[in-house]
Amino acid sequence: MARPTRILVPKTAKKGEVIEIKTIINHHMETGFRRDDVGRVIPRDIITRFRCTFGGEVVFAMELFTGIAANPFIAFTTVATESGELAFEWEDQNGEVTRATATISVA
Amino acid sequence: MRRAPAYAAAVALFALTFALAGSLTAHERGIPAAEIRSGKTFLSRNLQADQDDPAANLGLLWVDQGAELWRTPAGTEGKSCGTCHGEPAAMKGVATRYPAFDAALGRLMNLETRIQNCRTTHQSGAPSLAYESQELLALTTLVTYQSRGLPMSVAIDGPAQEAFARGEQRFHRPQGQLGISCAQCHVENWGKRMRGDTVSQGYATGFPAYRLEWETLGSSHRRLRACFNGVRAEPFPPGSPEFIELELYLAWRADRLPIETPALRR
Repeated sequence: MARPTRILVPKTAKKGEVIEIKTIINHHMETGFRRDDVGRVIPRDIITRFRCTFGGEVVFAMELFTGIAANPFIAFTTVATESGELAFEWEDQNGEVTRATATISVA
Repeated sequence: MRRAPAYAAAVALFALTFALAGSLTAHERGIPAAEIRSGKTFLSRNLQADQDDPAANLGLLWVDQGAELWRTPAGTEGKSCGTCHGEPAAMKGVATRYPAFDAALGRLMNLETRIQNCRTTHQSGAPSLAYESQELLALTTLVTYQSRGLPMSVAIDGPAQEAFARGEQRFHRPQGQLGISCAQCHVENWGKRMRGDTVSQGYATGFPAYRLEWETLGSSHRRLRACFNGVRAEPFPPGSPEFIELELYLAWRADRLPIETPALRR
């Protein structure tokens, strides 16, 4: 099953308007610092990169580290320029990428 | 002062009469109806807003997973939940009535054990769903989510009567090494601070809920386990009759509070 994600982008926006985009993804973000019941280190397993692009151009990107809590909630703002599709990518430490898209119509 | 013993006796007699009358009539919630408050109201304003925000409520990820499982066929006959029940929306209102007594099985069932039972009886050959497994949590959350905003209304009369009485008794009985009952915190001392947190009134209307402490979504029984550990009592296993009875009592105590699943909780 694909990693569940949720994205909230305004359906419509005025040209030049500042819009807020919110995303969540299901990931346990295991830090690698914890130990299990018998003292073995639980290996690190985290998302390392997040990227949002619009027409191939990066709108927002961030690197994630062990200090980010499970199920990362990422919210950011951008300026609406034209109608189109926003693409979202979460890449984990093993290079596995989860993708999602959302459309916005700008008037 | 010489009249004190007589006075005390009168008070004792009055109290006894009152207690007897109370036990013969309605059950006591301990908190006046006007003061009943959802666990949500004890959260910060930001967290309350996040609970209502479809992009910030992390519990909704389990609703999505549940919706996918709902239409995934399982078992030898290739039946999914949807084969019998249709769309998840058909489950609207169901969660408000659980836990409920099942006459055929002769025991009290909560939503989790109902789904487990449904899976083994109607989806033969499908692997059973363990209590607290991601799959069972997702399906329970999906079904409960259909009743979001609807008031709890469990039946405590008829065949559920005995189970309810046991749940009620357990709620008021001192437990564990600390010898504390549920009521001592959640009826007598709600709203006060304990270990940097506020004591709630102890309803389960938001469960399965996403708890920040767990960094994941968990069942009401997992939450009960935390309370039992808190008073250093041996917790009952998740899905045990004892916990389901207690769950029924909590559902009744919640009076007409609306379901918030998936709620955010600290």
